[in-house]
Amino acid sequence: MRSLRRTLERSPLSTAVLTDIALTCLAVFFIGLSYGAIAVSSGFPLWFPAVQSVLVLAGASEFLFVGIVAAGGSPFAAALAGLLVNSRHLPYGLALPAGVTGPAGVTGRGWRRLFGTHLMNDESVVFALAQEDLRAKRAAYWACGLGVLICWPGGAVLGALAGSAIRDTSAFGLDAMFPAVILALIVKDLRDTRILRAALAGAAIALAATPFLPAGLPVLLALAAVLLLVREPAANAACPAGQQPDEQPAPIR
Amino acid sequence: MKDTTLVVAGMATLAAGTWAFRLSGQVLRARISFPPRATRLLEAAAVLLLAALVATTALTEGHGFSGFARPAGVLVAGVLAWRKAPFLVVVLAAAAVTAGLRLAGLS
Repeated sequence: MRSLRRTLERSPLSTAVLTDIALTCLAVFFIGLSYGAIAVSSGFPLWFPAVQSVLVLAGASEFLFVGIVAAGGSPFAAALAGLLVNSRHLPYGLALPAGVTGPAGVTGRGWRRLFGTHLMNDESVVFALAQEDLRAKRAAYWACGLGVLICWPGGAVLGALAGSAIRDTSAFGLDAMFPAVILALIVKDLRDTRILRAALAGAAIALAATPFLPAGLPVLLALAAVLLLVREPAANAACPAGQQPDEQPAPIR
Repeated sequence: MKDTTLVVAGMATLAAGTWAFRLSGQVLRARISFPPRATRLLEAAAVLLLAALVATTALTEGHGFSGFARPAGVLVAGVLAWRKAPFLVVVLAAAAVTAGLRLAGLS
């Protein structure tokens, strides 16, 4: 107890930030509960959400993977869809200053850097970027990353145990939980009218394709709606990516 | 789960690829300037995929219509989420509305 207090006093993070991180991890725990319950009730064995939650450690893509496979889609279509969702981790790595994911000065070597890289997720990146100096950024990244590493699989295991105890999942409406979880996770993005319009168009494409295509593919087809977002600003369209710094005001969000 | 080996291979692909994405941004950081526009498009693409997943899992089962109870529950959840209800309330409301409608005889 005394050493815990000493650690907190030495921490470069304020109590308010630590509280926010704890609440975020609690929310992740609850999403993990629903993830575990949904995975098991859609026919996955108990160990699957447990193992996937540790190895992938990126919630939305795991829901997507489970959803596509449960609907009868190929596991590789599911992995591809999951990777598209997780491609956002590449710009996250670009946005984090050097030394946040591992000890400063260590570049590309050492197990702490490799492990710290695995802790990169929406939450840990948001908290890291919100801090002022590198020491606080690193502390927030690791605190939140480790918290999620405990809470996400922990929730998934408990949810899977609870889910496997329930026999008739449709009587409890558990099949409605999965789309509701995803919707709750993306609703903040849908407040942007352009994204909402593109998302509705993509959903319409996927729904129209569902009677005719194998499971998993309709969801991928929805990506065509990204064209609705590419158009603007037109001035940059002809320039190869990466050659010209983008000075336009945010067109998408 | 139909074919455990295939599903595990798919999961391993997802895990390895995700870790590679996590690393590659950090490795590239010093070398290229990634246009913020491309970043925003990647994020938007992820939202589009997830929105399509919501629509198909709420409204379809196999290649056909899922019935009214499930999309009704998801609709209520969507309204609650839009009005910034807590996550747990949103998810439980979806299950409760769907279960209630089924109890009332609507599939």
